[in-house]
Amino acid sequence: MDLTREEEDALDGKNGNPISTAYKILLSIGKATNAEKLIPVEWVHLSGVNYNTIGDAGVEFLTKYSEAQFVVPTTINPMGYDSHQQNNLSSNFHKQQGKIAKAYKKMGSIPSFSCIPYELFQLPESGHSVSFAESNAAVMANSVFGLRTNKESSLSALASAITGKAPYSDLRIDSTRDPKIRIKINKELKTELDYGVLGYFSGKSVKESCVSFGSDISNIDMYKTKSLSAALGTSGACGMFSSRDTHDETITFGKEEEKSVIDELNTTDSGDVIALGSPQLGMYELELLSKLIAGKKFSKKCMIFCARSVYEKSCKSGMAKILENAGANIICDACTCLSPLVSREEYDGVITNSVKAAHYLNKSNGVSVCLKDLKSIVMEYAK
Amino acid sequence: MEYSLKGKIIVGGTAKGMVLSTTQPINFLSSLDHRTGRITDKNHELCGKFLKDSILMFPYAVGSSVGAYSIFALKSNGASPSGIICTLKTDITTASGCAIANIPLLELCKDQVIPEIENSSEGIIDGGYLQIKKV
Repeated sequence: MDLTREEEDALDGKNGNPISTAYKILLSIGKATNAEKLIPVEWVHLSGVNYNTIGDAGVEFLTKYSEAQFVVPTTINPMGYDSHQQNNLSSNFHKQQGKIAKAYKKMGSIPSFSCIPYELFQLPESGHSVSFAESNAAVMANSVFGLRTNKESSLSALASAITGKAPYSDLRIDSTRDPKIRIKINKELKTELDYGVLGYFSGKSVKESCVSFGSDISNIDMYKTKSLSAALGTSGACGMFSSRDTHDETITFGKEEEKSVIDELNTTDSGDVIALGSPQLGMYELELLSKLIAGKKFSKKCMIFCARSVYEKSCKSGMAKILENAGANIICDACTCLSPLVSREEYDGVITNSVKAAHYLNKSNGVSVCLKDLKSIVMEYAK
Repeated sequence: MEYSLKGKIIVGGTAKGMVLSTTQPINFLSSLDHRTGRITDKNHELCGKFLKDSILMFPYAVGSSVGAYSIFALKSNGASPSGIICTLKTDITTASGCAIANIPLLELCKDQVIPEIENSSEGIIDGGYLQIKKV
């Protein structure tokens, strides 16, 4: 990858250590993705905010590099808990999580604590380059909003926030956005869970950066699209889906393929808590749920994870009241997947409709998961 | 038996260790214990194996973008591989994690025959080459 004179100087440390480190990261990912050069990006979304995921090594790294300043608008992912609510997490968790939030604030991030920046902010227009870590957000940005990002890592997106640049490679180039592999859907998909299962299977099955589902997935609603994107990003390296057809290789998704995903992730028949929101729920899903639950009460504890600005809007519209009257606890700034609030110590099993959450709850939190779609959850666990 | 494979240098450096090879991708956030380097994902063929001091050979990383921090945490905890080889393509998570953790990283070149590599072999990464010695 060719660097300009200024970029070479920055790599050599002329502008300080954090900026040199940022260029070192960009150089490595530029080599990895065969980039010719770096190009400007207009927005960055960062993962690596939850102490539960980045641990002490991450806290130390961020504290050390927090003297750097972000040069483009930068939103950040959820953290481990809702700072406006009481919880029983350790004082060490609070201390370390606080250091992370402080480091990002010092660098100039927008304190979004959300994995759905595309629903909360006026992002750059379609066709523009951005740098999005967080698997669902990267897939959504490319596939739904026409933005151009690679499936960035926490560190590569951090390097882009510090330099305002990213390699011109992979999904930032037209030819890669043209799918070379197609998933042929051989069964009826009805619920958001069905689309999550499709996404998880597809991520495992393709090694390309862009996959086609043909016209089968056009006109699906926001919940299904988010579920598909999150699961696709969780199981694979694929950063984009497209409805554009391709005559190249085809892989079939039918009942058998669906079963293989369910067998891996559905690890219990029921649970002691319902957890919704991975990705965090937006207004569309809160409205859907409030209509389903109006006048009923959850028979199990129910946690709903959403962005704070979404919660504030839902308070004004009265939706939050409906959900809270049904017994739900609405949690902001955090997300079902990898939140220490959904731990093995407290719960034997979690009921959720999120395939992404099911992956991390099973494999990282060590909690069994009962996968059901939203309507079935309300039907079985509310009256 | 001893042979040498050519690779593209993503993160430079030399490394030596027992080869730990898999054809399955890895999610560095959810598949392993970052304190010990043990693979914990029951659905992964390397489940129960330790990454510490190995030459890890795998196709590419999948899933979480936070996996880059996981690689850095493995190194900070003294539980990381000595070197990493991506056998199919180098993903951004592995590249950025190795860049920060100073773990030598090669991507195997496609224009060569790659024999089946046994896990008991010794691997050495040096100057764009992976040498394999069967011990």
